[in-house]
Amino acid sequence: MSNLIMIFLSLALVNNFIVSKFLGLCPFFGVSKKLSSAFSMGIAVTLVMLIASMVTWVINNYILIRYGVEYMNIIMYILVIASLVQMIELFIKRTNLTLYNALGIYLPLITTNCAVLGITLINASEKYSFIESIFASLGGGLGFMLILIIMSGIREKLDIADTPRVMKGLPIAMLVGMMLGLTFFGFGGIV
Amino acid sequence: MRKFLKHMSTGIIISNPIFVLALGFCPALAVSTSVDNAIGMSVGVLFVLLGSNIIVSVIRRWVPNMVRIPVFIVIIATFVTVINLVFHAYVPSLYESLGIYLPLIVVNCIILGRAEAFASKNPITDSIADAIGVSIGFFLALLIISFFRELLGTGSLSLFGTHLFTLPVLGENPMTVFILPPGAFLVMALLLALLRKMGVIKHE
Repeated sequence: MSNLIMIFLSLALVNNFIVSKFLGLCPFFGVSKKLSSAFSMGIAVTLVMLIASMVTWVINNYILIRYGVEYMNIIMYILVIASLVQMIELFIKRTNLTLYNALGIYLPLITTNCAVLGITLINASEKYSFIESIFASLGGGLGFMLILIIMSGIREKLDIADTPRVMKGLPIAMLVGMMLGLTFFGFGGIV
Repeated sequence: MRKFLKHMSTGIIISNPIFVLALGFCPALAVSTSVDNAIGMSVGVLFVLLGSNIIVSVIRRWVPNMVRIPVFIVIIATFVTVINLVFHAYVPSLYESLGIYLPLIVVNCIILGRAEAFASKNPITDSIADAIGVSIGFFLALLIISFFRELLGTGSLSLFGTHLFTLPVLGENPMTVFILPPGAFLVMALLLALLRKMGVIKHE
C-alpha cells in the first residue's frame, strides 16, 4: 500500500507532469483563465490517462510481451489512445450530454497530448503492475489538473498586471512555470 | 534549386518551429540539459520529419481526406520506432539520456503539423526542403537553449566526451538550477523576450 501511495505522490507532486517532466505544455500555456475550463480539461485528461494506461497495460503484457513484439509498442500505444479518445467522446455524447458539452471541445485535443502517451511509456519502462499503473496514471492526471487550476488563477492576475511589452504572453507564462517548478521542489522530501 | 532553398530557409528563421511557431516545447525544454542531448534529439527529429514528409507527399493523392490524420500518425510512429531502435543499438548512452522523450516525437506537433500543412499539399522535393529547413530551425533553437543551460548549469562545456572549456568561477560553483526543470523555463522565457526585443520575432 505504501508503495502505491509513493507512486501516486511521486507523479502528482515531485515529478509533476507539467513543471518537471514538461509533458502537456500546450494546455498549460493555452488554458483560458476560466477555472471551470481548467477543471474540465484536467478531468478529461485524467480520465483518458486512466483508461489508456489500463488498456495499454493489458495489451503490453498479454500481446506484445507474450509474442515478443515489444518493439511495436509506440505504434500500438498511439493507435490505442487515438481510438480510445474517439470512443470516449462517442460514449459521453450518447450518455451524458451536459458532461459532453463541458468536456467536448477538449477531448479531440487529448490524442496529441504528450501526457497521455507519456504515462503509457512510463508504465512500460518502469514495469509497473496493473494496480501500480492505475495509481501512476491517477497521480499524473491529478498533478496535471492541479497545475492547470493554479495557472488559471495566476492568469487572471497576470492579465491586469503591468508586464513589460516584450514579456507579454508566452515569456511571462514561462516565468510562472519556473516559479511553480521551484515551489514544487519543496515536495522533494516526501518520497 | 532556388525554390528548394526558399522552402528550406523559411523553416529556419521566418517560421522557426520553437521560437516563432511555439510548437514542440516538450522536447525543447526537457532534453536541452546538454548540447549532446540537443544534437541527438535534432537527429531524431530530422530523420522522422524527412521520412514522414517524403511518404506523406508521395501518397498524398491516394489518402482519403477523412482518414488522413490517423494515416499520418501511423507513418510518423513507424519512423519513430525505427529511430528508437537505431539509437538503442548504436548510441545506448544517448538513448538512455533521452529516455521517453525520443518515443514522444510521435506526438510532437511539429511533425504532424508539417505533414498536414505542407507535405500533404506539395510535391516531394519541396517537402524534402521543408523537412530539412524545419529540422535545422529546431536544431538551432535547441542548440541555443542547451548551450546556455549546460554552460551555466555545469560551469563547463563538453561535446560527446571531449571537454571543451571550463568557466573560471562557475566551474567550481555551478548554478545547478539551470540544468533542473525550472532552469529550462527561465532560459526559454529570457530567450523569447530577447528575440522579441531584437525584432527577430514579432510581438503579440
